Amino acid sequence: MFRPRIIPCLLLKDRGLVKTVKFKDPRYIGDPINAVKIFNDFEADELVFLDIDASKNNKTIDLDFVKKVGQEAFVPFAVGGGIKSTDQIKALLNAGSEKVVINSSAIENSQLIKEASEIFGSQSIIASIDVKKENGKYSVYGCGGTKKMELDLIDFAKKVEKLGAGEIMINSIDLDGTMEGFDIELIKSITDNVKIPVIAVGGAGSLEDMKRAVEEGGASAVSAGSIFVYSGKSKGILINYPDKEDIEEIFSHR
Amino acid sequence: MIAIIDYGMGNLHSVLKAFKRINSDVIISSDINEIKKADKLILPGVGHFKNGMKKLKEKNLIGVLNDMVLKEKKPILGICLGVQLFTKHSEEGDVDGLGWIDAKTVKFKDSKFKIPHMGWNDLNIKKNSVLFDGINNENNFYFVHSYYLDCKDQGDVLATTSYSKEFVSAIQKENIFGVQFHPEKSHSYGLQILKNFASKI
Repeated sequence: MFRPRIIPCLLLKDRGLVKTVKFKDPRYIGDPINAVKIFNDFEADELVFLDIDASKNNKTIDLDFVKKVGQEAFVPFAVGGGIKSTDQIKALLNAGSEKVVINSSAIENSQLIKEASEIFGSQSIIASIDVKKENGKYSVYGCGGTKKMELDLIDFAKKVEKLGAGEIMINSIDLDGTMEGFDIELIKSITDNVKIPVIAVGGAGSLEDMKRAVEEGGASAVSAGSIFVYSGKSKGILINYPDKEDIEEIFSHR
Repeated sequence: MIAIIDYGMGNLHSVLKAFKRINSDVIISSDINEIKKADKLILPGVGHFKNGMKKLKEKNLIGVLNDMVLKEKKPILGICLGVQLFTKHSEEGDVDGLGWIDAKTVKFKDSKFKIPHMGWNDLNIKKNSVLFDGINNENNFYFVHSYYLDCKDQGDVLATTSYSKEFVSAIQKENIFGVQFHPEKSHSYGLQILKNFASKI
């Protein structure tokens, strides 16, 4: 049976692994390469690494770091942060990543998605969209959640699909790091309007939350940070991943 | 020695890394003379079928592959786009493939399911093969694809997988092996399949 993917979303700042709340207050978690080793042992479905400062500082996720991850990881992984050109994408894929995450450039130069998907295939291009709920409406944000964009969320999601993105990662800024559950309405608004797989991010506090994102939201994959780097709601640092049996159990009654 | 054919399509490093992890004697090469020395071949690949065939032609690899696979009967394992290239024709770009197996590469058409089929899924093993030694129907493998093999000869089918429909996820015709999923990204069970190919075939 097809099983939704559960993807730790690992945030990078100055080469350290951090975790944010509502895209703010990055807290140092540890060494990201060490985390890769642990997730290897847990046989995680996939990993995503995002450099949260890259776009703001007009930089790109560090290639040497991605090479190191490529040497260590025995699970598929994606990388993102300030990616602007197909040359950069080529280097990152050659370093061992399976996919790249395009966020700010999807807004500023959406042709990059078209060019990149034609060269590297749609399956290697994730378009990520950061969203904040304001006055009951969803607004798209760029540049690590710092810049509000004049974009209609649904139109934008349809646009990146049409340009050739293989997946859409939909991230709720309001719920990031809160562990209060996903914004199901937000996820469903995207999955109802695109045919490509959607990765839900933002708010996961339990496997039950993930099940809801899949069953009610229609997500093909769920991604999270806090739940994989903290132990319980007291937030003691502990890299962890659910047992295979628990994952299969939770998704088996569908 | 196993040669991973480098024809400029996709991420070969993860395949190389997986074989190194199981201590196989393996190289990545696009050099015809080097490839000729190999006992076994891997045709990996991610991307567009039409580009895949174009690149194989540009690098003059089709002749040597035909010789080694069809005449010398050297074992070959196609992965993802690699196994699709073994077919006679693909809907992706409407072009002919290598034509080693009696099959066509066709697109998933059910609109209710998200395409590409991306993620973990299991197998329905249809036929015994050493390729699947130590593997059972419970094990999950990593898939990323929008096209699949429509096999004319069901005798070539090693396993199927269920998504929007039941599709062929592994094939074998004599020395020609292929899997639609990515064993190099499928944890310990994926490595088991590569190990079987490297040491038991």
